[in-house]
Order: sequence, then C-alpha cells, then structure tokens
Amino acid sequence: MAQFLAPVIAWARANLFSSVFNGLLTVAALWLSVRVVWAVVDWAVVSAVFVGNDGSACSGAGVGACWPFITHKLGLFLYGRYPDAERWRVLTTYGLVVAWMVALAVPKVRANGILALAMSAAVPVIAFILLVGGSFGLKPVPTELWGGLLVTLVVASVGILASLPLGVLLALGRRSELPVVRLLSTGFIEIVRGVPLITVLFMASVMLPLVLPTGVTFDKLLRALIGVALFAAAYMAEVVRGGLQSIPRGQFMAADALGLTGVQKMVHVILPQALRVVIPGIVNSYISLFKDTSLVLIIGVFDLLGVVQQSIAADAKWFSPATAVTGYVFAGLLFWVFCFAMSRAAAALEARLATGTRK
Amino acid sequence: MTQLFDRRARAIVWQALLLAVVAGAIWWMVRNASANLERQNIASGFGFLSRTAGFDISQTLITYTNTDTYARAFWVGLTNTLLVAALGIVFATALGFILGIARLSSNWLVSRLALVYVEIVRNIPLLLWLFAIYFGVLLRLPSPGQSAALPLGATLNQRGLYFPTPVMTLEWWAIGGLTAAGLVMAGLVWLRRSEGGYGLAWIAVPLLPAALAMASAPPLAFEVPTLTKFNLEGGGVVQPEFLALLIGLVTYTGAYIGEIVRAGIQSVPEGQRQAASALGLGARDTLRFVVVPQALRAIIPPLTNQYVNLAKNSSLAVAVGYPDLVSVFAGTILNHTNQAVETIAITMAVYLTMSLTLAVAMNALNARVALVER
Repeated sequence: MAQFLAPVIAWARANLFSSVFNGLLTVAALWLSVRVVWAVVDWAVVSAVFVGNDGSACSGAGVGACWPFITHKLGLFLYGRYPDAERWRVLTTYGLVVAWMVALAVPKVRANGILALAMSAAVPVIAFILLVGGSFGLKPVPTELWGGLLVTLVVASVGILASLPLGVLLALGRRSELPVVRLLSTGFIEIVRGVPLITVLFMASVMLPLVLPTGVTFDKLLRALIGVALFAAAYMAEVVRGGLQSIPRGQFMAADALGLTGVQKMVHVILPQALRVVIPGIVNSYISLFKDTSLVLIIGVFDLLGVVQQSIAADAKWFSPATAVTGYVFAGLLFWVFCFAMSRAAAALEARLATGTRK
Repeated sequence: MTQLFDRRARAIVWQALLLAVVAGAIWWMVRNASANLERQNIASGFGFLSRTAGFDISQTLITYTNTDTYARAFWVGLTNTLLVAALGIVFATALGFILGIARLSSNWLVSRLALVYVEIVRNIPLLLWLFAIYFGVLLRLPSPGQSAALPLGATLNQRGLYFPTPVMTLEWWAIGGLTAAGLVMAGLVWLRRSEGGYGLAWIAVPLLPAALAMASAPPLAFEVPTLTKFNLEGGGVVQPEFLALLIGLVTYTGAYIGEIVRAGIQSVPEGQRQAASALGLGARDTLRFVVVPQALRAIIPPLTNQYVNLAKNSSLAVAVGYPDLVSVFAGTILNHTNQAVETIAITMAVYLTMSLTLAVAMNALNARVALVER
C-alpha cells in the first residue's frame, strides 16, 4: 500500500504543497472547486426538474435546472419554425457537409485537386437547393421560418466560406504595387476592423435596402450574411497578410525567375506556403466568427441564442426564473462544443504541421 | 523599354478601371438612396442634431433631460460608452494578469482552475454571457426589501449595487487632492525611474492620505444607503444594466488577456532566467529586471488588440439596455429621425476614432518597452 501511495504523496508535495503559501492556495482552490462542482451537480441533477408540461413545474423555490423547457422546445432551438415535415432536408444537409469534410480529410481525395474542388463547389449549391427549396419538387421554405442552430450554422458556414477568398483578395490588394488598389483595400480593412460588428450589421440591415433601387427588397437573413461575411473578410485579410509577410523575398524572386505570371506565382508558390503558416490564425478567426453569429439577433434574425432568448423572455407558458438559466446553459453548451472542437482541431493541425516542417 | 511601358500602362488602365467601378457603384448607391429618402420623406443632413430629443435616458454622466437636443443625447451615449470601456479595461487587465500568472503557477490545482476558466469563457459568445449575467443573475437578485448585505456597507439587489459615498467635507477634498497628487508623483517617478531605484516605494505616496483617512475616521462621514418604504435611499448606486455589461466585458476579455500574459511570460527564454540567477539575482529581481521587461514586449501589441476589442464590444450594451452610444444614437435616435445614413456614419466614425486613439496610445507605450537594438 505504501509503495502505491508514495509517488502520489511525492507528486502532491511537489505540485500542491511545495511551500506554506502554496499549501494555503491549494486548500483555497480545493474549497472553491468543490463548491463549484457541487453547485453544478446540485443545479443540473439534484434540484433539477425532469418532467413537466409548462413553467409551473419549475416555479418552486430552490429549483435548479428546468429540463422539460429544453425537451419541449428542442425542435424550436434546433430548427426555428422550419416546418416539421421538411426537417429531413436540414438533417440531409448536415449529413452532406459532414461527409464532405470527412472526404476532404482523406489524403487521396485531397491530392486529387479537381475532385476536391468539384465537391467543394457542389456542396454549397446542393445545400442551398435543399434548404431553400422551390425546385426539384421541394417545397419552398422562406428564411423567416429558419431559426435556432440551423441559422447559426448557416451564417457561420457562409461567413467561413466567403471570408477566406475575400480575405485573400483583400490581403493581396493591401500588398499590391498599385496605389489605388492598395488604398482601397487598406481603407476597407481598417474601417471595418475599427468599428463594432453591431454597427456593420445595422448598416447591412438599415442602409442596404436604402441604397438599392426602389422596390428591390432583400431577404433579412441575406442582409445579415452579407454583413457578417464582409466583417469576417477584413479580419481574415489581416491574418493572411501575416502569412504573406512571412514568405521570404527569395520565393517571389525565384517564381519571377522561372517566368511565372503574377497569378501563377501567387497560386502555385506564395499562397500555399502563406496559408499554411497561418492556419491557426484562420481557425481562430473562424471561432470568433462562430461566436459573433449570435449578434444577428440584434437585427431580428433568430439564431440559436435568439430563439432561446425569445423563448425565455416572451413565452408566458414557460415563464419562471429557472427556465432562464436553463436556456442560457443549454445554448452556451452548444456554442461551447462547436468552438472547443474547432480550437482542438486547430491545435492538432498545428502540431501535425510543426512535425512536417521540423528538420 | 516597351516592356516597362506596357507594364506601367497596364497598371494605370487597371487602376483607372477599378476606380471607375468603385466610383460608379458609389454614385449609383447615392442616387438610389436619395431617391428612396425623398420618396419616404426623410430629411438628410445633420440638422436633426439641434432638435429636441424628447426621450429620457436612464443613466447619464452629464446632466440631461428630455428637453435637451439630440446632440446632447449623443454626448450622454458617448460618455456612457467611454465610462464602461475605461473601467472595463482597468478591471480586465487586473483579472487577466491574475489569470495569466495563475496559469503558470507551480501549483497544479491553481493552474488547472485558471485553464478551465479560460477554456469555458473563450468558447462562449459574449452576448450569451451578457444575457446570462443580466437576465439570469442580476435581475433575479432579491428585491430591495431583502437586499444582500456586502462588506463596507454596500448592498446588492435587483435594482443595482448600492454603496456608501463620502459626504464631501473639506477633509475629503483635501485627502482626495493629496491622493491625486501622490499618484501623479508616483507616476512621474516611475516614468523616470533609474536602474537601481527604490521607485516602487513611491507607491506609498498616494497610500499615505488614504491611511490618514482611516486614522482620522471621526471627522469623515459616509452617506450609507438605507432602506425606506420602497427602495434604498442615499449613497451611490450602480444600475444592473451597467453592472452586467461591466462584469461581462471584464470576465470575457480577462480570459483573453490571461492567455496573452501567459504567452508573453513563456516567450522569455529559460536561458534568461538562468543567466539572471548566475549573476546572483534573487527571484524578485529576476522577475522585475529580466522577465517582466522582456515579457511586456510580447504582451503589449496583442493587449492593444484586446483593449480595442473591449471598447468595440461595449456596443453590446444595447442587448442589456445600458444606454451607450449605439443604443442611444444608432438605436433610439435612428428610430426617431429615420436618418440611418447620418446616425450610422457618426457612430462608426466615433468607434473608428476610439480604436485609432487607443492604438496610437498603446503604440507609444510599446515604443517605450520595445527592444532597442544596438
């Protein structure tokens, strides 16, 4: 017994009780962790309500989580008011996207550039046809009915897909030798990065209809998408610029010496190296983008946080203090899972690339 | 020569084309906008700023009534934004440094706790965080009748945080003046500090008047908030909207600053510590003269970004009903006047100015600590 305990005690002495101050710190931290863990367990399980059909089940004093609120509203939280009978289309789209990502993870598919490119071009088109409907015998589903996690994922995906190419163009523009191009790109990047996303979204939602010809109307979700994509592109441009700056001048000169044109030089020599360097930065801006999608609720597009907040604030049937916290925890958990997964993936990718370049 | 001419000519043609497209697009949009505005009977120009606002604002730093102008309301919103951003930056920096140091603690449990905090906070949207703090916690606090008592005579209830305020007698003014003078002096000494200095001792200067205040308690009076029939009277109050926004911004940005501080300290090579120890420097001197000055070089540029982010994120005030610039100007005033172009342009210009000012100030600080290569 003593043999097994000895290393544990040695470890604790080195890592937890190395000095009097550290010992006191450990005791305080232990007390805090126990309190927090117990509060969470108590809230989520011990004092939680698991069955009920409305807020009255959760209105008692000292009630923890109100899980029936989540189970009854799960459809709303995941799909918004997307018609029940059509929800298979959303699930098919998710499946398609996952299949696409898995396929891209296979080295053989990635090596076949044309196949990968064709897939990457086809997936958004199929997703659009599936979700919007109106063709191939699919019933049209207006975007006003979309909501919840579906909108969060749509806004984030469009932002992710649009911001990289736009960002690369802006970054190249900022480093261009042509003063007009440089000035316009720099101006756009700095202005967008200097203002809060909220004002960009306000602009997209209020000013976009104003500057279009009379009678031309614009889908509200599309306006939010344009705002988010432009905002994300400016941040992406700065990330890509960092990568471009890390490429030694010799690479540019070598490409010129080989007689490559400007476009060939960028596509075949510079960008593959530059983008590789900044993959962690790109994923970080994707995570910010994913979190920022929640701001679309301020211009009346109901993403995951939007429907949760609406259900908490405006649904009298479920009105009780316990439901509010439960709703926020549920939404927070979903956001957390997606963001944490992205950051883990970035760390793994970074580690793999680091081994690839290690001499 | 022809080659050069071709290239130059091509460049000029391309740029002229791009300029024409951009100018054309802007002209087209302006024409559409003016037609739309005319059709909807919306005035343009900045004349609305001198008209009477006619709405109330719940929290103001400068005097304001609903008979004041829109311009005055703009200043109210701007000062509210500046207040929450300034306080947020101070507290977030403090929290960030504590977290960053905790992450590097040799105490396993402490560093794990800091890691868990950072990983939870950084992966949740700030807006959700604000909603949870405001609707989930602060508005669920007890009513004024059952306020929770805090130390130093402060109380917390769903109407806000109440705290005692000093009754401004001559003694208080004197102590306040002395403290301010002491702070300025300590700052000056710190800026002009020499290598072997006892500069840190000057921190005692502003503390002296405070100690004096404690010692001579009798002549100094506080106004303590007390419960009347419906509410607490007297003392100062911080309203829950402001409190929610401040707590949200500080806890969120603090996690990011914590990671910056950790990375900054870790960026100092181990050899530097070993060299310092070989020279006979103690742990404290190693930190002060070797680690911190070098870590600051890595910390200040990303820290600038976080400060700018915090200032921009304060615009989420609109979600919890704190009357900041966006909520007052791009919200209420835009709805009153319908002058979207002007209000949004002004709001954006203010944030741009704020971001650039912060960046310039922090760059100046960065220049002070940056490596001088000889």
